[in-house]
Amino acid sequence: MRLDLVPRARRSPLAASLSPVLAFVTAVLIGGVAVSLLGVSPGAAFAVYFVAPLSELWSLQEIALKAAPLALIATGLAFCYRANLWNIGAEGQFVVGGLAGGWVAVATHGDAGFTVWILPAMLVAGTLAGIAYAMIPALLRARLGVSEILTSLMLVYVAELLLDYMARGPLRDPAGFNFPQSVAFDEAARLPYLMEGETLHAGVLVALVATVLATLVLGRSLFGFATRVVGASPRAARFAGFSEARLTLAAFAISGGAAGLAGIVEVAGRIGQLQPTISPGYGFTAIIVAFLGRLSPLGILIAALVIAVTTIGGEAAQIDLRLPLDLTRAFQGLLLCLVLGADVLTRFRVRLVSGATR
Amino acid sequence: MAGGTGSAKPADDPRPLFGAYGIVKRFGSFTANDHIDLEIHAGEIHALLGENGAGKSTLMKILYGLLEPTEGVVTHRGAAVRLRNPEAARRLGIGMVFQHFSLCENLTVAENVALVMERGLRRAVLAERIAALGETYGLKLEPDRPVWSLSAGERQRIEIVRCLLQNPKLVILDEVRRLCARATILRGGRVVGACDPRSETAASLAALMVGAQVQEVAARPAAPRGGERLRLERLSLPAPGLHATALDDISLGVRGGEILGIAGIAGNGQAELFAALSGEIPAPEVEAVRIDGTAVGQLGVNARRRLGAAFVPEERNGHAAAPGLSLSENVVLTRRATAPLARFGLVRRRAAQALAARIIDAFDVRGAGPDPAAGTLSGGNLQKFVVGREIQAEPGILVVDQPTWGVDAAAAARIRQALIDLAARGSAVLVISQDLDELFEIAGSIAVLHAGHLSAAMPRAQTTREAVGLLMGGSSGPPIGRDVPVGPTAAIARTEIAHAP
Repeated sequence: MRLDLVPRARRSPLAASLSPVLAFVTAVLIGGVAVSLLGVSPGAAFAVYFVAPLSELWSLQEIALKAAPLALIATGLAFCYRANLWNIGAEGQFVVGGLAGGWVAVATHGDAGFTVWILPAMLVAGTLAGIAYAMIPALLRARLGVSEILTSLMLVYVAELLLDYMARGPLRDPAGFNFPQSVAFDEAARLPYLMEGETLHAGVLVALVATVLATLVLGRSLFGFATRVVGASPRAARFAGFSEARLTLAAFAISGGAAGLAGIVEVAGRIGQLQPTISPGYGFTAIIVAFLGRLSPLGILIAALVIAVTTIGGEAAQIDLRLPLDLTRAFQGLLLCLVLGADVLTRFRVRLVSGATR
Repeated sequence: MAGGTGSAKPADDPRPLFGAYGIVKRFGSFTANDHIDLEIHAGEIHALLGENGAGKSTLMKILYGLLEPTEGVVTHRGAAVRLRNPEAARRLGIGMVFQHFSLCENLTVAENVALVMERGLRRAVLAERIAALGETYGLKLEPDRPVWSLSAGERQRIEIVRCLLQNPKLVILDEVRRLCARATILRGGRVVGACDPRSETAASLAALMVGAQVQEVAARPAAPRGGERLRLERLSLPAPGLHATALDDISLGVRGGEILGIAGIAGNGQAELFAALSGEIPAPEVEAVRIDGTAVGQLGVNARRRLGAAFVPEERNGHAAAPGLSLSENVVLTRRATAPLARFGLVRRRAAQALAARIIDAFDVRGAGPDPAAGTLSGGNLQKFVVGREIQAEPGILVVDQPTWGVDAAAAARIRQALIDLAARGSAVLVISQDLDELFEIAGSIAVLHAGHLSAAMPRAQTTREAVGLLMGGSSGPPIGRDVPVGPTAAIARTEIAHAP
């Protein structure tokens, strides 16, 4: 007895779009079993995880605020991963972007008069810092063949410690009773809220614009085409005259820029000051989001929303049902496994070869 | 049920060594083998003939235990056996040399051989056996070289050595057409005939295979006219990699209307010469490569294309074409330099599809659907496509490496005819090939590449296969070089892409 994977002659587009749905349903069913083994009614858990977060305005805003940086970072990462470049350091690029943009806000703190330029300058500084930070692994890879997986990952810790030092040292609020944080940013250095008295800020629009732009670039442009060819057949790409080194730099610049922009959006939007930590691991979760969304910008947007819903729901489940946070993490991991597994089913037919046939 | 090799039976055993009866193999709704009967006797060389897609590879994979038949039975000396995997087939003494290689690129030669040998064999012993076999048959291999650094021809040598080391009783060779005493002909998954290939001509065999008369390549190119279009002047290139071949002082010229053939055994610098011509590896000096008089030694591949040159590399999957991309996307790969396939940085998909359709039509490329992924095409059809893609642009200069490697007879004839026609329209064509029959069929003059050194080009009429063969072996007279043919196996290895006796 063995299982054979027989390649399908062509992929049905219906099956391809239904497979993530199937994966989600399966993950919910398995999660239900785990929840009932923990002594909680699966129905109640489902309501807390997936229904409650979608039924109140504040939690809907929280979902959008969590999903936006994930989507923005993962969209950038899609360029790298399509080109077979493994940027694992989006977390570091996110932190550096937040730090550089936040620095502008701290440096201009208390300036009176013409302050309209401050917010744009922060966004630009954050993006450029993310790009510059991503150039380190990119140049090492393109010039010297150093594995970008290691360098980009190790630079995450460098960035985190740099932010920690800056928030406790040079950028600390001198009037802040030695709390390790900067001054609270001026109004001119904050992203505007979209609704009076609510938490939703303009940063979510940045993620939506990035989705539209990336869809166009990846799907239609010669650059997006080159990204795909370099990733799938590097030798054919060279034969086509696409420069692998230039493409490596460009893909890292895009993903680093997107992560840096997400970092400053988070700092100028939700946080409003520099702290020793500004990310609950967005840069790493975005890797899952990128693959959950199958490296397509629209898929990434949906995946970011799903991950955000389970995160918010997981927080509520901790409080309401005393379910551990690990369960949420396990569920997110399970979801990724099942999506990738369902993807195999759209490309292959599974056939049971019994011992009796000849 | 599968057992050991058992005691040796007398050679005059009337039962066939291996038999396959009523073999049916279906993939979904597609029937690849349709009630095939085949008997193979000890001491016989038996050919399976048929175009790409006729069902040869499927039948061979069934015999080698890679596929299980939907219906039918395989016998060994009259007793039914079940070949549930290649290991069971190897225990019965069946060895296979694949057309599409089954090698792990990141392992060394010896490690790849070890994969199919009995477990627990010591590495030093294995390396010794590989070397000894190489000595005996002239199949030289370096056991410690990683497979990714080897050319297609060298990889085929590994497959052959690996098969012979197992002392097989039945050797299955995919796409080697020589030395056959009896042939079974497949068409559309059925047995359509049997013959003695020695009494047939290449054309009549091909006719049996495709069910219609295949045109012999006609009308050799007219005498070269006009000036020299492609020039290499004292090109030397250090070995671009650890296991690559350095090019040594190579000069050549190809005039309009001329086909220059470059013969040579794989691994003697063909890949490096191609890369230097295409611009994938820039030459040390600008003057070393000239296209229609323009020095292009340090220009990239697209700049050379814009000057009217076109290139078809040896490896169609992954070099000439990206297998995961559709044919129209593969058109964009090389034709965007010269055709309006991109505007404002955006790919013009309609234009690419239209161009792909024209190429598919002109070169009779058959695949599933109007714009299939390149990787789903059979070898012959993909090769027609990548050659057609370049010829359709009417290049002034065409460089093509192994134009008909692993391609069925009908496709090979079509490709060769297209090369001849292109030259007849005034283009300069440079063909790098290991297939002497091919070169003597289409080339006006022939030079030999050996160990990175190119011999002087000789007009075809003034040279012979024997003379060229000697040069390929590295002997320009004594002393005898490293790759001299020794035994019959060497002959098989050397003619790995030959198509007709």
